[in-house]
Amino acid sequence: MAQTHYDVIIIGAGMSGMAAGIRLAYFDKSVCVLERHYAAGGLNSFYALDGHQFDVGLHAMTNYVRPGTRGAPLTKIFRQLRLTPEDFGLAPQHHSEVRFPGKTLRFNNDFRCFVQDVVDNFPAQADHFVRLVKHIQEYDELDLEAPPRSGRAVVSSFLSDPLLTDMIFCPLMIYGNAQERDMEFGQFVVMFKSIFCEGLGRPREGVRRIITALRRKLREVGGTVRMKCGVQALNAEGTRITSVTLDTGEILTANTILSSAGYVETMRLCGTDHATLAPMEGRLSFVEIISILDQPMKHLGHDATIIFYNTGKEFHYETPKNLVDARSGVICCPDNFLFDKPLPESMIRLTCLANFDGWNALDEPAYLRAKTEWLPKIQQEVLHFIPDFRHHVVYTDFFTPRTIQKWTGHLNGAVYGAPEKLKTGKTPIENLFICGTDQGFLGIVGAMLSGISMANLHVLKRAHAR
Amino acid sequence: MTNDQIKHAVLQIIAVIAPDEDLSHVKSDVALRDQLELDSMDFLDIVMELRKRYGVEVPEGDYGQLASLDSCVIYLAPKLKDK
Repeated sequence: MAQTHYDVIIIGAGMSGMAAGIRLAYFDKSVCVLERHYAAGGLNSFYALDGHQFDVGLHAMTNYVRPGTRGAPLTKIFRQLRLTPEDFGLAPQHHSEVRFPGKTLRFNNDFRCFVQDVVDNFPAQADHFVRLVKHIQEYDELDLEAPPRSGRAVVSSFLSDPLLTDMIFCPLMIYGNAQERDMEFGQFVVMFKSIFCEGLGRPREGVRRIITALRRKLREVGGTVRMKCGVQALNAEGTRITSVTLDTGEILTANTILSSAGYVETMRLCGTDHATLAPMEGRLSFVEIISILDQPMKHLGHDATIIFYNTGKEFHYETPKNLVDARSGVICCPDNFLFDKPLPESMIRLTCLANFDGWNALDEPAYLRAKTEWLPKIQQEVLHFIPDFRHHVVYTDFFTPRTIQKWTGHLNGAVYGAPEKLKTGKTPIENLFICGTDQGFLGIVGAMLSGISMANLHVLKRAHAR
Repeated sequence: MTNDQIKHAVLQIIAVIAPDEDLSHVKSDVALRDQLELDSMDFLDIVMELRKRYGVEVPEGDYGQLASLDSCVIYLAPKLKDK
């Protein structure tokens, strides 16, 4: 008979769940990772359509540092998971840009270049910016007890030019902020360090390479992964989860449950009333257009890896009133990382803020029509910044917040989860903990660190204290 | 285990946890933290590896005893004498 009791059950085979599973199984805990989908990765996954390979999530991995860089988050992950830099095979970016009307800031994986570029473009802000950088570098973003502060208020107390403030916030918000309009200062510091101070990289094989490395390691250390195995309910008695009911009706038991399904999503599985939880739901989601091209963008004269753009007077990071807000977004050219050989297929990815409720309310014909309608609008908008690539497109896929909710189970397709993070991972239930997007660290590196730190804090250290 | 074997065992554990560190010049009487880039996560792992490999329990209050190779030997020798 199949095993039905585990030391730890982990919900979700995303980056955080797999990282937690590796830690626990390596230290001899019996671990079962349950994944509803047939592919691992969660918010960072992959799919194939008509013979073309696509990534979801990962444009670039943040926190890129050269192998062996001491004290860096990426180095910590390799150590904690007993992996090596070769397992991920990250290639650095060429360079990226923040483009606003009349101003461009460039950055690469050498932070000094970014500082110099800000100083050159905003000479009047030079001293202010240098003081802000010093404040950021001295700030302890890992302090779980730090009270939340408004990032915009703190940054504006250093910088007096709102354009520079917006240009700094733009990439950091788009790549990792669950809150509309403002960003918690600790979160701002995490993102500033991971994107500007460290940098961007990508495996040539995309997110598959990362997922494959994590799955292989999890198997090696004896963890169990069950795919196409959704959780229907977490059954609580008093303040403990006593069993887990799967979609199939099968029942498993575990001493501890770690859930990466999201806080609201997890509490719903425990039967907590929907209305109590609704205000905590995340809202921010995106559409993405991935186009396969007949040649790399650099042949058209475009060598930037990622462009974070904004065409409006101010930068608005909030749920759009329309289906999509094409005034700002991301243009990602995966070909423009410094790989040792070219990608099998060239592509370009365009990402913009989108309105989940709007997309979700459409019936099928209207949904398809809306995609047809928004595709040229978004393309038109990004042509302010890149050469016209439209006649090089050989295939296009378009996914929406509805697609994201369908495949990840995250409500509203909220890619960065709930606006209020649960840094300790604790829930009202004593043997149930949250990891991943809603615990507080975002992005691929953040998600893995989240799984690692929650496994350490709530299972390994406790077992040890006994 | 002899004292040298204990030092070797601890160094082997550090080599697994921190393969990017050069361990060829580690001094026995100097704190590991002063010679190597090891944070609290890494120290937890040294303790966890000692348990995994040798069944040795190190309570949290005793982590300080593992500061240097010499202090590791003093602290671990009684626990590892039959291993």
